[in-house]
Amino acid sequence: MLNSNLKLNKKIFDKDIEQAPIRKGFGEGLVSAGEENPQVVALCADLTESSQTHLFKEKFPNRFVEIGVAEQNLASVASGMAAMGKIPFITSYAMFSPGRNWEQIRTTIAYNNRPVKIAGSHAGISVGPDGGTHQAVEDIAITRVIPRMVVISPCDTIEAKKATIALAKTDTPVYLRLAREKTPIMTTIDTPFEIGKAQIVWESKNPKVGIIATGALLYKALEAAKELEGKVEVEVMNLSTIKPLDEKAVIALAKKAGKIVTVEEHQVHGGMGGAVAECLAINFPVQMKFIGVQDEFGQSGTPDELIEHYGMGKKAIIEAVKSLKQT
Amino acid sequence: MDISDEKILDIEKKANDIRISIIDMLLEAKSGHTAGPLGMVDIFATLYFHTLKHNPKKPDWSERDRLVLSNGHICPVLYATMAHAGYFDVKELKTLRKFGSRLQGHPHRDFLPALETSSGPLGSGLSQAVGMAIADKMDHKDGERRIYCMLGDGELDEGQNWEAVMLAGKNRLNNLVAVVDRNNIQIDGFTEDIMPLESLSDKWRAFNWFVIEIDGHNIEEIADAFEKAKAIYEKPTVIIAHTIPGKGVKEFERDYRWHGKPPNKDEAKMALQELRTLGGKIKSEHE
Repeated sequence: MLNSNLKLNKKIFDKDIEQAPIRKGFGEGLVSAGEENPQVVALCADLTESSQTHLFKEKFPNRFVEIGVAEQNLASVASGMAAMGKIPFITSYAMFSPGRNWEQIRTTIAYNNRPVKIAGSHAGISVGPDGGTHQAVEDIAITRVIPRMVVISPCDTIEAKKATIALAKTDTPVYLRLAREKTPIMTTIDTPFEIGKAQIVWESKNPKVGIIATGALLYKALEAAKELEGKVEVEVMNLSTIKPLDEKAVIALAKKAGKIVTVEEHQVHGGMGGAVAECLAINFPVQMKFIGVQDEFGQSGTPDELIEHYGMGKKAIIEAVKSLKQT
Repeated sequence: MDISDEKILDIEKKANDIRISIIDMLLEAKSGHTAGPLGMVDIFATLYFHTLKHNPKKPDWSERDRLVLSNGHICPVLYATMAHAGYFDVKELKTLRKFGSRLQGHPHRDFLPALETSSGPLGSGLSQAVGMAIADKMDHKDGERRIYCMLGDGELDEGQNWEAVMLAGKNRLNNLVAVVDRNNIQIDGFTEDIMPLESLSDKWRAFNWFVIEIDGHNIEEIADAFEKAKAIYEKPTVIIAHTIPGKGVKEFERDYRWHGKPPNKDEAKMALQELRTLGGKIKSEHE
């Protein structure tokens, strides 16, 4: 059953649950962060509206820098601004930032120890009709491998807003993973959020399998848990901070459930599931299944079609849980 | 502010000391770059002993000018100049590239906080300098400090430079000065054979920069160029400094094979003798 301490959306399983894009919460959070701290600035590579940075630009035109279609410059200019005391947010599509500008992020931001915040919009396969070139399903892997980098993948627009406000107060580089499409709003303004803290969203007394999800697919994991109710007991964790990993919570879930399924809109190699596996291999090895893109590229389609095609929907999660339970 | 003859002589002496230190460092390190550092000594000496607003005893002084070294591989000249300017003991120079040294093979500000940036991978220094200049414009601090960025010419093959050049031109960053070490060599050969850059000054002009071309070994010209840049209101300034790679040691000059290797014992001995006798002008060789 849903964890009542988290004060989740009461209409979470209703058909008419409110939906909004995760990137929208980022845009609103950036304005709030800008109101709190005059050193917060935003830089964008010609995608101001689709990254929702236009909200900040309208409110603080003098603290916004239009870089043009030049993501490598975007990353390093932000590093220079951080050197002068600014808290820069850089925004583009995840495929281009941190995709195209990975080395600039690694060297001029992380190695250089500058607190630049990288917001990658349009991450995941659910970008939809734009096709495989624009569907970043490698971004978690390439950011979490960088020393000092914090990696956050919010589950909905409200959590994205809270994460944005929280990460503006950190002194490290951060990658914030955002999605394009409208997705269900599971949390409320009263749901607690802390960087580095995982949450058990669906509780169970005697779970047979633990499901760890990140991003909007948390909703699919919750739908699976509900459908499995009375058949297979599961617990569902929202792992929105992928790095630093909440090892204590992950190990505790592995001990309690004995088996783990990870769910992410990302390649199964090197992503959140990989981070969980690295932790459990050392501390408490258990059997695992990885829901995600299985080492292939995306294509055009509607978000729902693509989630189903690449095996990341409710059905695939239920199958993974059942097959693990039988072993 | 015109530079006095006395000051020029003083900087020339400092430059010779810095060249000696560079040879000493590279010999001890047994790896590193020789040509670029020697070629840029006169410019670094003029900056640190005349042009820059800085305080070696207070490296975190907020009003200091910022110097971003983009082509990090020429760091022996940066380290040696900083040591001679008083940032740290000249003796520390011999730790270059050694385990635990603050003087990493390519600059890393985690190890030496007086550095403005870490660098090595080419093509990203100018972007950082542009970011600094934009931040200072935002805060109206562009009147109290200036941003300098040192670039190699081979480095300009990297496309990111031109993204930064475009942005600086767009934002009219008159608080920014880029210096291109036009020594015509890169690792694989001469720049015009590897990837032609000419007409280099036209390229910068086309991106709305003010261009000054100088002899990079003439202290008076160097100092005047930095002074002139301060008077340019509408644009960022680039100083294209024509330099001789390996300058100061005849055997090393203009030979691209000295881009990325250090001198061996005999070569260093010969180089030090040439530098210590001011190219044979004086007889006695001082230690």
